[in-house]
Amino acid sequence: MPEVTLVEAINLALGRAMADDPDVVVLGEDVGVNGGVFRATVGLQERFGPERVLDTPLAELLISGLCVGMAAQGLKPVGEIQFMGFIYPCLDQLVNHASRMRNRTQGRLTCPMVLRTPHGAGIRAPEHHSESTEAMLAHIPGLRVVMPSSPERAYGLLLAAIRDPDPVVFLEPTRLYRAAKGEVDDNGEALPLDLAFILREGRDVTLISWGAMLKETMAAADALADEGIAAEVIDLATLKPYDENTVLGSVAKTGRCVIVHEAAHTGGFGGEIAALIAERGLSSLLAPVTRVTGYDTVIPMARLEQRYMPSVGRIVTAARKACQYN
Amino acid sequence: MASKRANEELPVIARFEVRRRNYLAPDGSIDRPLPAFAADARLLVELYRSMVLLRLFDRKAVALQRTGRLGTYAVSLGQEAVSVGIASAMREDDVLLPSYRDNGALLWRGVKPEEILLFWGGDERGNHFSGPRHDFPFCVPVGSQAPHAAGVAYALKLRKEPRVAVCLFGDGATSKGDVYEAMNFAGVHKLPLVFVATNNQWAISVPLRLQTGAETLAQKAIAAGFSGEQVDGSDVVAMRAAAEEAIAAARDGKGPHFIEAVTYRLGDHTTSDDASRYRSADAVQAHWKEEPVARLRSYLVGRKMWTKADEEQLAAECHERIEAAVERYLKTPPRRAETMFDNLYAELPEAYAEQRRELAGEDDA
Repeated sequence: MPEVTLVEAINLALGRAMADDPDVVVLGEDVGVNGGVFRATVGLQERFGPERVLDTPLAELLISGLCVGMAAQGLKPVGEIQFMGFIYPCLDQLVNHASRMRNRTQGRLTCPMVLRTPHGAGIRAPEHHSESTEAMLAHIPGLRVVMPSSPERAYGLLLAAIRDPDPVVFLEPTRLYRAAKGEVDDNGEALPLDLAFILREGRDVTLISWGAMLKETMAAADALADEGIAAEVIDLATLKPYDENTVLGSVAKTGRCVIVHEAAHTGGFGGEIAALIAERGLSSLLAPVTRVTGYDTVIPMARLEQRYMPSVGRIVTAARKACQYN
Repeated sequence: MASKRANEELPVIARFEVRRRNYLAPDGSIDRPLPAFAADARLLVELYRSMVLLRLFDRKAVALQRTGRLGTYAVSLGQEAVSVGIASAMREDDVLLPSYRDNGALLWRGVKPEEILLFWGGDERGNHFSGPRHDFPFCVPVGSQAPHAAGVAYALKLRKEPRVAVCLFGDGATSKGDVYEAMNFAGVHKLPLVFVATNNQWAISVPLRLQTGAETLAQKAIAAGFSGEQVDGSDVVAMRAAAEEAIAAARDGKGPHFIEAVTYRLGDHTTSDDASRYRSADAVQAHWKEEPVARLRSYLVGRKMWTKADEEQLAAECHERIEAAVERYLKTPPRRAETMFDNLYAELPEAYAEQRRELAGEDDA
């Protein structure tokens, strides 16, 4: 099997979905001739033509609204928002329309669309290019929010998102676009949505994360192993709806849990998971659930962004503390 | 000034114009030769009947709201010609994207009155209507359906289907980026899409002069690269004619068009509004002489196409139809509470199944 980067895996999935289903269209800024600013859509316009791979005007609200209209007509649009910092004009369309079209028409019209966008910091990008506001999206009923953390999962989950009959926001870890490499078999097989992946098994502490932070979380698990602490690492992968059973099952085994995310602390999705464990997993807890997250501040520009994001050291410290608690 | 003179010497590189269309004068007389379809007396009578039905339906809906049997409701009083005229020019397989005041278009296209009442009575099943199944439901967030219309029209064009999307919104919506972004895209791709702005002069309490500095709303189409016209929105013949031409051209691959229907909202914004807070009764009264129902009736009566007996029969028919619909609406029991989870996703995710069971259990207990 060929080894590809995460962004190449995205490209393979898009190409596969378009080849399989003539209803799939790709739209966004610079996705056509240019192949996308990260090259996620490179080559698609040559293969499938400018009608199915279209460069839209520079208008994010429009991109999301077009997706809603196309989807209600039976197409399967895959819109690209160039960076998560520019997704906010789409919120009206996501909250008021995409996520509730099926419900408000009682199934008469549906919205099988995907809105893809790069997520997170760490590539020394300009201001407004480093957002991680996934919790905001995960709060919207009717939506799915998915975030892969490896080329294999990027391929399988994106195929699943495109084939899903409901709207999906697909957040791609920018920092891993080229850094993450892995073997991907372009066989058209999707991975299941709504399920978490256990990336590493362990009995001492559960580490839960998603997207690019899995890189630091896995490194932390390695470091903990050197100290004799066996960490179980969960890639949540789908944040909405998320896999409660895998989370609770792991915590029942380890009794200790550290949640890691790049997004700001307060109101972050880690709070949701901590609340779940408090509600339904309290009896198995041996230590308080803790969160290692970005700070409650504006994500700083390039010079300080590394200081904002959770480091391997912070994760190791939190996990060690959880294991020493009694 | 020297600089101004210099500017006048520069060449003009583009000129644009906006035309205004009307046929029937407010008193029902003819301002200019009528379009061909107006030779069909049956069609004119059908337009008239639909406007009367809408007006009487609105009146009943307000009565229901005032007696606590319906939620907030938006009447079309004074602007019935817009939604009826536009819908009358559409084919069934065209796609309607209405705003919340376009009941007239839904009724024309076969949505049942009880379904409209069900929606305004607070039941999503009203949007699961029996009109054209591909039509969009009422759009409540102003103007946000315009990008959907562009997406629909793009899909129609991509599939080479000879169908047209028709998007209705009000004058207030033309201030939103949503509408302009959709128009801009429609212009780029020459989409089969007709935009209709019902300019009823008021966005709740805000008058048109505070909504835009532009002379017309129709000229906004020019910036998007296609044609716009102003139409007397209280003249249903003009509305039908403008819609017919625009829809035919769009179907023919000639691209989008923008219709500004100039009319007047004679009623409150909705049943929750009190328009006397921001406009005088005298100002409203002056517009009653332009209203579309009396205007077409004057024309029909003058041409011996309509009689007092016809009017009485129509009133009785409408009454019967509306009362029957109201009865069916009022007899419709509420859905079971747990069905709020149905149609949330194609299949309810396991994560929310417990919440649904809990809600169902409350009712069963």
